[in-house]
Amino acid sequence: MVRVDGTGNGTGLIRVRDLDKKYRRGSEEIHVLQGLNLDVERGEFVAFMGPSGSGKTTLLNLLGGLDLPTSGSITVAGDEITHMSAAKLTAWRARHVGFIFQMYNLIPVLTAFGNVELPLLLTRLSKGERRRHVEATLGVVGLLDRMDHYPRQLSGGQEQRVAIARAIVADATFLLADEPTGDLDRKSADEIMELLGRLVHEHGKTILMVTHDPRAAERAGVVLHLDKGVLVEGSVSAGVGA
Amino acid sequence: MRFVGLVWANLARKKLRTTLTIGSFAVALFLFGLLVTIRGAFSGGADVAGVDRLTVINKTSLIMPLPYSYRDRLLQASGVAAVTFATWFGGVYQDERNFFPQFAVDRDTWFKVYSEYVVPKEQLANLMRDRQGCLVGRSLAKRFGWKVGDRIPLRGTIWTGTWEFNLDGVYEGNRPDVDTGQMLFRYDYLEEQRRFGKGTVGWYVVKLTNPDDAVRVSEAIDGGFANSPYETLTQTEKAFAASFAKQMGNIGLLVLTIGAVVFFTLLLVTGNTMAIAVRERTAEFAVLKTVGFSNPDILGLVLVEAVLIAGLGGVLGLAFAKLFTLGGDPTRGMLASFYLPWSSVGLGFGLALAVGAAAGALPAVSAMRLEVVDALRRV
Repeated sequence: MVRVDGTGNGTGLIRVRDLDKKYRRGSEEIHVLQGLNLDVERGEFVAFMGPSGSGKTTLLNLLGGLDLPTSGSITVAGDEITHMSAAKLTAWRARHVGFIFQMYNLIPVLTAFGNVELPLLLTRLSKGERRRHVEATLGVVGLLDRMDHYPRQLSGGQEQRVAIARAIVADATFLLADEPTGDLDRKSADEIMELLGRLVHEHGKTILMVTHDPRAAERAGVVLHLDKGVLVEGSVSAGVGA
Repeated sequence: MRFVGLVWANLARKKLRTTLTIGSFAVALFLFGLLVTIRGAFSGGADVAGVDRLTVINKTSLIMPLPYSYRDRLLQASGVAAVTFATWFGGVYQDERNFFPQFAVDRDTWFKVYSEYVVPKEQLANLMRDRQGCLVGRSLAKRFGWKVGDRIPLRGTIWTGTWEFNLDGVYEGNRPDVDTGQMLFRYDYLEEQRRFGKGTVGWYVVKLTNPDDAVRVSEAIDGGFANSPYETLTQTEKAFAASFAKQMGNIGLLVLTIGAVVFFTLLLVTGNTMAIAVRERTAEFAVLKTVGFSNPDILGLVLVEAVLIAGLGGVLGLAFAKLFTLGGDPTRGMLASFYLPWSSVGLGFGLALAVGAAAGALPAVSAMRLEVVDALRRV
């Protein structure tokens, strides 16, 4: 069960305590996140909503070990990541986190297969094992027949499915999705949300997603609102974050 | 090895740019190969000179002769195994443009001292029997299409008149860098026919029993002829060849200067190319870091890319240079020992890789230091 009041018993997958993040822009100090607490169990699908500049992406970056907090702690599957060295954090990220971006961020000179294979290049898997993993994963996202296509030969929805395949191919502990439907038409957006839902319900994945789209948020089991750096539980309503 | 596909895909990303950068390396390394070859040719065989040979010349000048009688005194010096001598002839074959060196040598001792000249036994025997006989090197024979048995007329410039020679044989070098662009004929023929300078030779070559004795023997020889009308200057053959080459100017410095400018330009061109390539791929590097590529991985990817470009260009350029030099002296005689040694090919390849690594270093470090969050925000 997701909690934002800091009363979780600490047995969950993700445990965030008193998280603060401040930026300095010139002489101005911006307090993006203020004393944030969060507990997420395995297999949960959490959506973060909130106005632009509310700190959603910053929170995602901190949870993914891409950025460091000003204070507070983040513990994932027993690993306290806020005090890890950059090198350890990189290795941890490779093992535990799958990222899905709004703009897909595929490598244009690699085929769908090559893009999905990228995280596996960092493992000890043989070439044959990598191939089997990639084909199985592309099968999950329904793009096995497009594995030799380059990103420019795919539609936006297909590109995002390749990006999702890349995020799950190494069996990440949890997925972080930053506006995964933000650049897609409605039909493609629905397909992507359907796919993310399946990953949670059929494959037991844990997903934390930032979105402005209430329809996308509806697919998540829990919707949390971020406003002025503070996290509150809430329900989906039209217009939130729009 | 796991990242080979990724590196290759990146090289193929902008085919024209990659091709042009590889091309600039190829041109630079081709030029390097030619410069090294020309430097070697101008050094007059300094690099191939025997370590166990001394050259004895007239102390006043190389063009001043030494008495033939010195030969026996040199032979008596301690540490001397053999003595031979030669005289510059300076003849012209048909036209002044057909320059090649000709030496009157002692038929009995020359090939014993210069063991790097390989002559078939029967051809050497012919020379022994034939007072007007001569031997030419393989490249010289090829240059003029001469065959054993041909009659070669030369117009004398020092000893005027027409001199006729019988081509008794063609010598080879026992190493590829031995000069095979010379003509050697019998000293006794010159001595018999010339009208002045009789009883003199151009210079002596002394073969040492032990190369370690070079300094002692040199001092003994020069000391022995001190205060005589023909004082001598004795030096190792290598030093002699180097000083001879210096008469043509400091070719080594010239080659070094041109080479340095070329490589520095190459460094800037490739560095700029790699910097552009890295800047264009900022978001991609951020994604790679996001999925778990470490800083050394990113550094390695960019460096390997730069070094691969340099290596491919280097191989191409040096291969062309080697092929070009295999065709022989393109100047028809000015650069007789026109040969690109494999050691220089290796040096060129090493330099290419070093320039590639240096050019890729800054872009690689900037890619490595990329902050993922900042880079993703820019997408």
